[in-house]
Amino acid sequence: MGNVPSAVKHCLSYQQLLREHLWIGDSVAGALDPAQESSQLSGLPEYVKIVEVGPRDGLQNEKVIVPTDKKIEFINQLSQTGLSVIEVTSFVSSRWIPQMADHTEVMKGIRQYPGIRYPVLTPNLQGFHRAVAAGATEISVFGAASESFSKKNINCSIEESMERFEEVVKSARHMNIPARGYVSCALGCPCEGSVTPQKVTEVSKRLYGMGCYEISLGDTIGVGTPGSMKKLLESVMKEIPPRALAVHCHDTYGQALANILTALQTVVLCSPLLVETIAGPWCMLYVSPPREILLSLLHILGEESAIHAR
Amino acid sequence: MATVRRVSTSSAGTFPKRVKIVEVGPRDGLQNEKNIVPTATKIKLIDMLSEAGLPVVEATSFVSPKWVPQMADHAEVLKGIQKFPGINYPVLTPNFKGYQAAVAAGAKEVAIFGAASELFTRKNINCSIDESLQRFDEILKAAQAASIPVRGYVSCVLGCPYEGKISPAKVAEVAKKLYSMGCYEISLGDTIGVGTPGIMRDMLSAVMHEVPVAALAVHCHDTYGQALANTLMALQMGVSVVDSSVAGLGGCPYAQGASGNLATEDLVYMLTGLGVHTGVNLQKLLEAGAFICQALNRKTSSKVAQATCKL
Repeated sequence: MGNVPSAVKHCLSYQQLLREHLWIGDSVAGALDPAQESSQLSGLPEYVKIVEVGPRDGLQNEKVIVPTDKKIEFINQLSQTGLSVIEVTSFVSSRWIPQMADHTEVMKGIRQYPGIRYPVLTPNLQGFHRAVAAGATEISVFGAASESFSKKNINCSIEESMERFEEVVKSARHMNIPARGYVSCALGCPCEGSVTPQKVTEVSKRLYGMGCYEISLGDTIGVGTPGSMKKLLESVMKEIPPRALAVHCHDTYGQALANILTALQTVVLCSPLLVETIAGPWCMLYVSPPREILLSLLHILGEESAIHAR
Repeated sequence: MATVRRVSTSSAGTFPKRVKIVEVGPRDGLQNEKNIVPTATKIKLIDMLSEAGLPVVEATSFVSPKWVPQMADHAEVLKGIQKFPGINYPVLTPNFKGYQAAVAAGAKEVAIFGAASELFTRKNINCSIDESLQRFDEILKAAQAASIPVRGYVSCVLGCPYEGKISPAKVAEVAKKLYSMGCYEISLGDTIGVGTPGIMRDMLSAVMHEVPVAALAVHCHDTYGQALANTLMALQMGVSVVDSSVAGLGGCPYAQGASGNLATEDLVYMLTGLGVHTGVNLQKLLEAGAFICQALNRKTSSKVAQATCKL
């Protein structure tokens, strides 16, 4: 607003502004000042865990194939930011997702820091066994709340996919490997259009019932808005405890951060809500909100997030 | 006295039924764009925005071309646009001379601005906040005599490029002054986009003690990607007037490469999804955005436009 010609060079550097606003370089405990404790009264969770999905969900949608050593370096750098969960790769056939062809090398090549979890996607039993052989200690399975999407994406009905996942999750549980469940198209489907909260709840309940410890609700095509997010969560929370829920919002229509804010407000107190993000501005165009943007939102809301940003 | 509302889980889903969108693309957007846009293009843009159903389109700024070359054709633009019935076309008038020129060119509504930061005011217009507001006394008196409504802007409400943090109390003080001077509406601007929903909430809580919420608007910049989330928080607090810019036009003079205003298309998308009435035709709005981006030879900053682009 207004023109500021030569005065610009005299302003605070953005680095300084960020330090003041985003506590970059300070500890989390020191950054939360008493005035912001009032945010606890605003019905927001006290704690939010960020699940970094850049190396998997982010990269698999990138056209340029990233060399294995770069993927490993990327994940190692992410491990040093304080993130506690980083989704590493997907044990899917390279025929479907060429970007993930080096899943085994990546899994074996990354530095696994103590206290950080490195889940991998395992669409079927074969993928699961490969993942375990490569050293995976947490896995994810990927369902959809839309029949058409399920058929187009993984060539089977929702029911058939659930049967497949039951095998995987059962094997995982048998080996004490935690399994996470994704539900895609939670707020809309590219094939079917609108998706009912009831359908999402049904699929979520099925995944939770088979043993997934956490269910990530994905607005796969980013069509959701705060109203539909709220309705969805209110429906799903009737069947699944909030502490077992995560949201995964795509920013296709610029709604991701607003939807996440709504999710934070809707999920009732004391439940850590998991929010999935993708690091790196190069992902901003069509995927989840960059972690840096989410961090600033969370901090100033008064949330503690288990991150020490560099 | 306005009531302060705390946002709670139960009110997370409460929104105004109607939101008035103030389209600032032709002024705030364009004035921060490097490429000078021909007068005819500006006129066409504003006409397209009017056809999209926006109730308020800020047409131009009667500022000296020495400071803002993009706005040098202010009189021609205001005279050249089609004035649709029911749509307001406010113009910025930074001083009395600008006000007089605006009225002579047919302006029926004007806007003045203050800042919540002393340093910003000093660096920007070389005086204190109080002095800057006094300068507007003349405009307000003349506007009142001529029954011309005046809108007041407060910049740096969530942070200042010079002072850093800004206290909500200071924002409330400046907003109150503008309101009591006669501004019918106060637009609270996060000029450098550093704000986040918690800060927005705290600032609005303070301002709403002094100015009725019906007279408040928010003007969020998307420099750090927070604009829509901040706007959502403001709506939950009861604000029902939002400034935005088609295609998210405008940059940030303080951060090269940074994005500009909240994109009107993305705002309309959210409000439509919430069932909030705006009166805006998104398709026509997208066309206006595509038109101006082509003229500026730049890509749109609106995610909705990017997602629906068929190129």
